[in-house]
This record gives sequence, structure tokens and C-alpha cells, in this order.
Amino acid sequence: MTQPGNDQPIEERLCLATTARLGAGQILGLARLSGGASQEIWSFVFQNADQTSPVRLILRRAPPGINAGERDTAVTLSTEADVQQRAGAANVPVAPIRFVLNPDDGLGDGYVMDHVDGETIARKILRDQVFVPIRPHLARQCGEILTRLHQTPVKGLSLRNFGAADQLARYRAIYESFADPRPVFDWAFAWLGRHPAIGQATPDPDNAVLVHGDFRNGNLMIGPDGVRAVLDWELTHLGDGHEDLGWICVNSWRFGEIDQPVGGFGSREDLFAGYESLGRGSVDPERVRFWETFGTLKWGIMCMTMTATHLSGAAPSVERATIGRRASETEIDLLDIIAGDA
Amino acid sequence: MPHRPTPSDLIEAVRQFLETRALPVLSGHTAFHARVAINALSIVLRELDQGAAHDAAEHDRLVKLLGQDAPLDDLRRMLAEQLGNGAMDVQSPDLIAHLKASTMAHLSIDNPKYAGYQRALSKDR
Repeated sequence: MTQPGNDQPIEERLCLATTARLGAGQILGLARLSGGASQEIWSFVFQNADQTSPVRLILRRAPPGINAGERDTAVTLSTEADVQQRAGAANVPVAPIRFVLNPDDGLGDGYVMDHVDGETIARKILRDQVFVPIRPHLARQCGEILTRLHQTPVKGLSLRNFGAADQLARYRAIYESFADPRPVFDWAFAWLGRHPAIGQATPDPDNAVLVHGDFRNGNLMIGPDGVRAVLDWELTHLGDGHEDLGWICVNSWRFGEIDQPVGGFGSREDLFAGYESLGRGSVDPERVRFWETFGTLKWGIMCMTMTATHLSGAAPSVERATIGRRASETEIDLLDIIAGDA
Repeated sequence: MPHRPTPSDLIEAVRQFLETRALPVLSGHTAFHARVAINALSIVLRELDQGAAHDAAEHDRLVKLLGQDAPLDDLRRMLAEQLGNGAMDVQSPDLIAHLKASTMAHLSIDNPKYAGYQRALSKDR
């Protein structure tokens, strides 16, 4: 949380920025929702001066002076807004962007979008009664959404092409930098490095598509009618669309519902059927399995990274300190995927 | 034997304090972090109880697998290197049995409630 003294200037600046784009009015109920050291999410209500119905809005920003791309895999917030708008135009459900901040706003890098009602907490989506009717349809819906997402025009976007070979090298370097060997991870790197799908999973620039990069249960705004918005676009890049199909199947995103591989709510068959139903995408299940395996390993390394961030003193927290112990969860998942059918 | 209170006694006392006294008066993000802290202390208690035995068993397996003796950290590093440079056959049943045993030992300390661990336990029975 920011100190109370910091709220006033933000509120005033945000009011100026909002009225400049949306017309005279005032902002109410500004509240910080979440985010880390480099990113903040605020919710507020914009009340038009002519007293038409108030609009609920969300500010996502990196405060001034903070480098937006804390992780070098993250895109800037203005790129994120651009990608989100394009995906929306391609019929991917997203929160509509109201405006992108510019330096004169004095609010840092970021954008303002509509608030979308719904639930993002995965355990609630998997347990609450209100989602019982929609749950069997979610996997297929995710497939349909991913087909559209991967067809989004990317011309002119400054996104990097981040295929499987580059990602393997990158996460291997991060893992090795910890000098804390977990032989299951070395074994998984060896298995992935010689996997026959690696070539297709590393598309050349002409064949690379828009990839969300963090499409999973927890980053989807879901209502009783289904997926209402795809959130958290900061890891978007170009590459192999199968990456997104594999990531949502990683066991860590099933939240205990391990027999429902897609986000804990559905089957791969439904996900793939949805993906192919629009007649534009086709799924290679082996390539999805490659990415699911890589995603499992990647999450394990991300857990180690968060503990390393804590230990470095850069962002100490008991949560970051402890999460490194979750790397063991990905070890058993890797053993299950790779050796389970060996 | 250390004098009482042992390290485990002290950690258990702090864990109970957090759970029964502190947590009920906390809210929001601080309550969440208190639950994480309780979980962290539970991990430490399990490790104090079982860690040395797990390490000894891992060491014995690695000595057999690699055919040489060294401190556990060095053996682990050697195995990682042999997997990285292709010297170790990734499909070797002895290797996979070792990796599985080590992982099950980690999870019995780090998160015995994990669904994937529970599933693996029930398969082994």
C-alpha cells in the first residue's frame, strides 16, 4: 500500500487525466487493488458532470521513475494496451481501453480501462455454486478465445519473437544462475531439449503468432455466463500459439482439480475442439504436451526466482521467501508427465 | 539432545501463537501473509523432524547412482552436470527411481497436501 500522503496527488492527477479524455466530471472511491513494487492497479468511479450514470474504471500503471519492464520478458504498459485493443478488435474478450497515459499526465506509464465484473480467483471459479452451470463449457470457450487471440493481426507491433528454443535457453540461464541444482529440472531440460516438437515450437518470424504468455485460470475474468475478459497481458510476445494451450494445462493452475487438465475445469479434448471449431486453427497434441511440460518447469523456476528476489533484499516478503518451496510441486508434475508414460 | 525448549519446541510455540492469537485479529493482506508465515514454520518443523534422514537417503542413492562418494551438495551438482552434458541416460530406471524418491521426500516436507503428491502416494501403495 502507498502512504496516505501519496494518495492526494494521484487522485488529482488522475482526475485531470480522466476529464481531459472523458469530459468534465469527478473521480470517486479511488482504491489501490493490488500489484507489485513496479506495477499498481487502482479502481475508481468516474462521475460525469452531467450526472449520467457513473462508470467504474481501472488504472493500471507503473509509477513515474519505475522501469515498467521489471522483468525483461514483460512488455511496457502502453504496448500492453495496444495489444489488448487489437485482441479486442479480433473478438477476444478484453476490458475496453479508455485511454493510454502520456508523460504530461504525470502518472507514469499505464492506461485506464473499463472495470469488468466477475471473478478471477481460481478456487472460487472451481468451487462456487454460481459457476456450476458454466464450468463444463469453459474449456471449449478458452479454445475458441485462443484461436481468435492467435489470429490477431500483429503487423507493426514491437513484440519480440520468443519461441521454444529461446525460452529454454533463457530459463536454463536463470535456473543455473541460482547454483542450487534440482536434478529433476536438469532432467526435464534434457528431455525438452531433444523433444521432436521443438522445431515447430520455435516458429520463424513469418509464422509467429500473437501469444498471450500467461493465459491460465486466475488471469481470466469469469462470470456465470463464461469468460468476460482475458487479463494480464504483460508477458505477451510472438511465437507458437501452442504455448498458450499448454500453459493453461499446467497442473499448478488446476488448483487441486488434477483430473480436469484445463484450468481445473475442463478437458483437453474440449479445449482443442473449441480451438479447431472456428476452422482456422489446428492442434498438435504432442506440441501442447511439450509446452505443458516446459510451462511446469518454467513455473518451478519462477518460484525459485521469487525466493531469490526476496533473498536479494530487493523485495522482501514472507510470501516470496516461502514460494520457492513450491518448486517441489513442479518436480512431481514433471515426473508424472515425462516418466508417467515412459 | 538440546535442552528444552528445542528449536522445534520454539517454532511450534510461535506457530501456535500466530495461528490462535495473531491471525484472528488480522485482516486482508496481513492475514494472508500470517497464514503464509504459519505455513513456513510448518515446513521448518517437518524439515527439522525428517530432513536429516531424507538427506542421508538421498546421499546413499547418489553414491550408488554415480559410483563415487562426496558431500551431498557435490553429488547433486554432479548429477545435474551429467544430465546437462548427456553423460547420464535420461531414461535410466535407476535415475528415474532416484528422482522420484527425492521428489517425494521434498514434498513430504514442502507441501504434503499437494494433490500431485497425494496421487503419487496412492499409486505407490
